[in-house]
Amino acid sequence: MNTVVTESLEPLIAELRSRGFTVVGPTTRDGAIRFAEISCSAQLPAGRGDEQRPGRYRLTERHDDLVFGFAASPDSAKRYTQPPRQPLLRMREGTVEEAEAQAPRIALLGVRACDLAAIAVQDRVFLGGRHPDPAYRKRREAMLLIAVNCAVPGGTCFCVSMGTGPKATTGFDLALTELSDPHRFLIETGSGRGAEIVTAISHRPATGDDVVAAEEVSRVAATRMGRQVDTDGIQERLAGAHDSPRWAEVASRCLACTNCTMVCPTCFCTTVEDATDFTGGVAERTEVWDSCFTLDFSEVGGSSVRGSGSARYRQWLTHKFSTWFDQFGMSGCVGCGRCITWCPTGIDVTEELGCIL
Amino acid sequence: MAGPAAAAGRPRLAVWKFASCDGCQLTLLDCEDELLSVAAEVDIAYFLEASSAVGPGPYDLSLVEGSVTTPDDLRRIQHVRRVSKRLVTIGACATAGGIQALRDFADVREFASIVYARPDYIATLERSTPISAHVPVDFELRGCPIDKRQLLEVISAFLAGRRPFVPAHSVCVECKARGNVCVMVAHGTPCLGPVTQAGCGALCPAFNRGCYGCFGPMESPNARALNAQLRELGMSTPELVRVYRTFNATEEPFRQAAEEAESDT
Amino acid sequence: MHPMTPAPYRVRSRRPDRADTVTLALRPVAGPCPPFLPGQFTMIYAPGVGEIAVSISGRARSGGYVQTIRAVGAVSGALCRTRPGDVVGVRGPYGTAWDLPSAEGLDVVVAAGGLGLAPLRPVIRELAAHGSRYGRISLIVGTRTPATLIYPGELARWRDRHGIDVQVTVDHPDLAWKGRVGLVTRLIDRIVFEPRRTFAFVCGPEVMMQASAAELVRRGVAAGRVMLSVERNMKCGVGRCGHCQLGPLLTCLDGPVLSYERAAGLLAVREL
Repeated sequence: MNTVVTESLEPLIAELRSRGFTVVGPTTRDGAIRFAEISCSAQLPAGRGDEQRPGRYRLTERHDDLVFGFAASPDSAKRYTQPPRQPLLRMREGTVEEAEAQAPRIALLGVRACDLAAIAVQDRVFLGGRHPDPAYRKRREAMLLIAVNCAVPGGTCFCVSMGTGPKATTGFDLALTELSDPHRFLIETGSGRGAEIVTAISHRPATGDDVVAAEEVSRVAATRMGRQVDTDGIQERLAGAHDSPRWAEVASRCLACTNCTMVCPTCFCTTVEDATDFTGGVAERTEVWDSCFTLDFSEVGGSSVRGSGSARYRQWLTHKFSTWFDQFGMSGCVGCGRCITWCPTGIDVTEELGCIL
Repeated sequence: MAGPAAAAGRPRLAVWKFASCDGCQLTLLDCEDELLSVAAEVDIAYFLEASSAVGPGPYDLSLVEGSVTTPDDLRRIQHVRRVSKRLVTIGACATAGGIQALRDFADVREFASIVYARPDYIATLERSTPISAHVPVDFELRGCPIDKRQLLEVISAFLAGRRPFVPAHSVCVECKARGNVCVMVAHGTPCLGPVTQAGCGALCPAFNRGCYGCFGPMESPNARALNAQLRELGMSTPELVRVYRTFNATEEPFRQAAEEAESDT
Repeated sequence: MHPMTPAPYRVRSRRPDRADTVTLALRPVAGPCPPFLPGQFTMIYAPGVGEIAVSISGRARSGGYVQTIRAVGAVSGALCRTRPGDVVGVRGPYGTAWDLPSAEGLDVVVAAGGLGLAPLRPVIRELAAHGSRYGRISLIVGTRTPATLIYPGELARWRDRHGIDVQVTVDHPDLAWKGRVGLVTRLIDRIVFEPRRTFAFVCGPEVMMQASAAELVRRGVAAGRVMLSVERNMKCGVGRCGHCQLGPLLTCLDGPVLSYERAAGLLAVREL
């Protein structure tokens, strides 16, 4: 792996834009770190950090010049890999027109190791089975992934437990480690496309000191996980915990609002919206994000299989940490902690697992 | 609107008003471009807000706005049901009794005596009730006011003979799909979104405001859990009672939520 | 092609079975019908209304799929109202099949509840066509009322021409009904089979399948030789929407046909 150092991200962003990529990176908006299109490095959230705990997220001032000094934001790559609304088809007069897949050339700057793991999970779901999704493939192929190795994990992070981070090891085109004194970025290349881009920007080769400093960032980050999960035998242990009294207890706090599933970078469930024009001559179908916390989700013959809140919470947690292995041969949880932070009542999956198992 | 010749064969639509502010009917007029397509496919036979021309019944689809608050309303809703093949209520008044159902929590005669110089001229019922309390209703469209997209969806679904895509899940689903950050988590702003039915497109959170619950309770509201969190965010008991006693105060889950807030103190 | 894109199929024929049930023959507007295995289903799209999973009940003489639909919701209602010549969308066939090869040489019990007879029809037709490959063949059918019994003509044919022991029971008889009244499980008493050498195919409402399978197993039929067809909310049919999960299973891919050995523990968990 070729490793280089650059003092600024400006040339990288300019190079990506000149290659026709829309660069999407972290910015601050609405009191949070949000992905948005950027055109220069000054738009990155320099000196901003975050404080995350169950049910609470606040931006903070870091009093330094780090531009990636925060943990997982409410946005994951899912919005780009699996947009919330995808037109499927249009049918008129007995003919079916498949919707043209939109695959914008997006360079996603600042994805974390947990996000890369989540993308790998989605790849397995949408491409790895008997019915691969060509639209998803097109979007993925058009997307360039520039990872950032986490320096400052959040209070709800547990990627170390899930074996997905904090260092990005695979699945990226480029991976950055932000270093201080002096402020610089170590860049690892993970693909031919990534290597081409690095060649085109000004850089110097990484020294032994740079590499050691970067390793130290990831080593320290790994010791600063806000949460942990004992994953030993979790698939079997959780599958056998149908009758735990904890499900009813957590349901008393669960709003079934779906926030956890919406912010989860691997939750892929969808439903389909049917629409017609007023003449009824044109019918359209659109795939939209759905959640196992809604009653319609498990509706059979007019009633829900999982009518109770406890059954719905059990479904979600069990799917993430247990039955996902049966279905896709991997964990459905990558340890990003978003479901913990963004649960309005602060339900903490790591705490629930601790009680249930 | 369209004359009788043009109306031949098209489904006939009627729009009725009961106790309400007319805002939901205005949503239909607000459809502008789409209204022309609607008018092309549907004979808008009775819609006093838009036209004084009154086509006689029966009607294939009646949209009913407003709640039942007077003895005359009681008679009139029976007539509306008789002349309507399908009856869809539009808005919080018709579906839940509306803001005027706050009288249910007080003495309406006392209100009348304070507001009107001659309260004896006022013929009003003790309670403001939804249409479904009086006649069978085929579909209830929520909201104060209703959402334009949802109204068009209900009309086109009716024309296509399908179930309208009007999910009963929480506002949070469309809030996150829209790309909003959760105002409760990120700002500490009290929000009824988690217990409120979707439909508005998460309008208020999109402008960094908490949800006011205009669309009434979602399918499985857990207001007790939300109340605990709202108290954490600093809401007092009277404030909690007040947020549930608005446009959908008499919807059972919101009625209970307010009562629980009172009894939990 | 996107896995959610249906192919246009034309309604070739439409036979009303009962007041609320019709049997359609559906054939691609262009090209041949993909092969199917008994037990598999397709996703049928009523344009503008929606899409539902419907099991395949056989191959029509025209080459298309025979599919029986009961009008219980907006989509099934719209499909029931289609006329010959109408075009609908079809995806599939999807899902697992009834394991007919494993039944060869054994007594066969087919137990159907209500519309559950529809997915079993290709099984019974196979048994009827190749009766010599199997031992004693019994078909027990339970239905709500005499009026909701589907395929009455075929039931008589299977009994009279193919030597299948066909027994029918209803929950609520009408005045003309002279047959049995009661649960389909009670019919297990009235058929002849050697439990240790028996293979069973069961389809119907979940409680009916659980009760029938449990009764067969109690009598000594191996749980691995009792097959059920599980119904969950199949929205996509291809394992991408998540709706049809039953614990570790995506029933659209891992089912709908499952052995009772596999399904019993999962169906026993409330609200799984």
